[in-house]
Amino acid sequence: MKYMLMMNAPRGTGDYQINQWPRADIEAHIDFMRNLNKDLHAAGEFVAGEGLTPPGQAKLVRAGKNGAAVVTDGPFAEAKEFLAGYWIVDVDTPQRAYAIAARASTAPGPGGVPLNLVLEVREVMSAPPPFDG
Amino acid sequence: MTASEDLLRALAPQVLGAVVRRFGDFAAAEDAVQEALFAATVRWPELGVPDDPRAWLIQVAARRLTDQLRADLARRRREAIVVAEQLDEAPSAPEHDDTLVLLFMCCHPALTPSSAIALTLRAVGGLTTAEIANAFLVPEATMAQRISRAKERIRSSGVAFRLPAPDERRARLSAVLHVLYLIFSEGYVASVGEDLQRRDLANEAIRLTRALHHALPQDGEVAGLLALMLLTDARRSARTGPHGELIPLAEQDRALWDRRAIAEGVALITATLSMGSIGSYQLQAAIAAVHDEASRAEDTDWQEILALYGVLRRMSDNPMVELNHAIAAAMVHGPGVGLDLLQSIEGLAGHHRLDAVRAHLFEMAGERESAIEHYLSAASKTTSIPERIYLTTKAADLRARIPLP
Repeated sequence: MKYMLMMNAPRGTGDYQINQWPRADIEAHIDFMRNLNKDLHAAGEFVAGEGLTPPGQAKLVRAGKNGAAVVTDGPFAEAKEFLAGYWIVDVDTPQRAYAIAARASTAPGPGGVPLNLVLEVREVMSAPPPFDG
Repeated sequence: MTASEDLLRALAPQVLGAVVRRFGDFAAAEDAVQEALFAATVRWPELGVPDDPRAWLIQVAARRLTDQLRADLARRRREAIVVAEQLDEAPSAPEHDDTLVLLFMCCHPALTPSSAIALTLRAVGGLTTAEIANAFLVPEATMAQRISRAKERIRSSGVAFRLPAPDERRARLSAVLHVLYLIFSEGYVASVGEDLQRRDLANEAIRLTRALHHALPQDGEVAGLLALMLLTDARRSARTGPHGELIPLAEQDRALWDRRAIAEGVALITATLSMGSIGSYQLQAAIAAVHDEASRAEDTDWQEILALYGVLRRMSDNPMVELNHAIAAAMVHGPGVGLDLLQSIEGLAGHHRLDAVRAHLFEMAGERESAIEHYLSAASKTTSIPERIYLTTKAADLRARIPLP
């Protein structure tokens, strides 16, 4: 079963707060994420995963007249949190997806203290079962 | 890559050229050649490499194509008869290398850059769709569709399998060089850590450009592009650090540079520049050579680089050239001159490179607050993770040196 793990970060100034950390903390955070990804690959659980550019660069798009794109600039003051990145993992049980999410949540912040960021975990829709009845 | 894979990739364009000549249908011939290359990867390990591997591949591809056309006989009677007649002919005399014709075809301006890249890697490079998809980090089905749409576009645009007319050859050759340059950049920019699949793209671009140089040894720009790739690629292992961060030229461990590639690139560009008729790839290669020849960053001949950028900017209106010219000017005349020149660059507003260069020049000038601000602004705009790590840590280092208010 596949799960999408969406990592949310506090909105802050519209930019990533990591920008304000000392070098050693930035490096520790990055190494943590690289190791997590390496382990997911090694376990054969990694399907996809991407980090996103900060919300200061985000746009809102909807169709206007004749379906033409109407693009509105960020930042979006009303949002308290924003999506910083996501993983899609293929795992045997929901518990395994939660365990991966919990590990991601312990990514270190300033002074090496875990950030405890919130991850939204959603099962990905799949094809119907092969046999009926 | 094994020796046998090397051989298959090298033979791919020759085989495809021969099959297209015989059957005329580029799209179908290209599929048949892919099947023949695949058959070879299965059969050769058992049978051993045939005495004439090229003829073996042509025969297998031709057979696939005939089978397919015969199966369509009811619908396509006349084509099949024509094919059968052509097959009865004696094998043609040794055909010339069709790499050049195929490159012109696959890099046709009617195609978007991403389609041209995919088709070139498959038809000329002999890579499988799966390999190309891996390199571009997209699903195989997506890449297959991109390639098939590219072939459809070639068919509908009536692009012929022959060299372009002499009067349009120059423009068409620049399109080919641009596609090869994009393949190289894609592989080089992304060549981080263990990302081997993408590194392969830079190697492929060099291999294809080498083949093009072989076909057109007198062309200065082809030689220039090959030299530029070699001189840039030589620094590949020094470009990223243990956390995946980008390491700029000035801070690289030059002992990690590939001396052989540098020697080849320098020899190539030196020979080319003496032939006259200078173009922008040659100038960029000459600049890369000046960097590569300095054993320490502080030994770099910035006077020479500034002069070369001076010539290059007269030749193109690329704002990136203006940006690099401003850096060279700062290195020769001081950061204030560089910052002034940046003011007048148009067409780069909001680009992270402009902020990054400003940050460097402010740092050179000792203006740390402004430097931090611009490093962070660049970090928030770049889409490259290694570059973002680099810019963010640069700001962190400067902040650590400023006493807190």
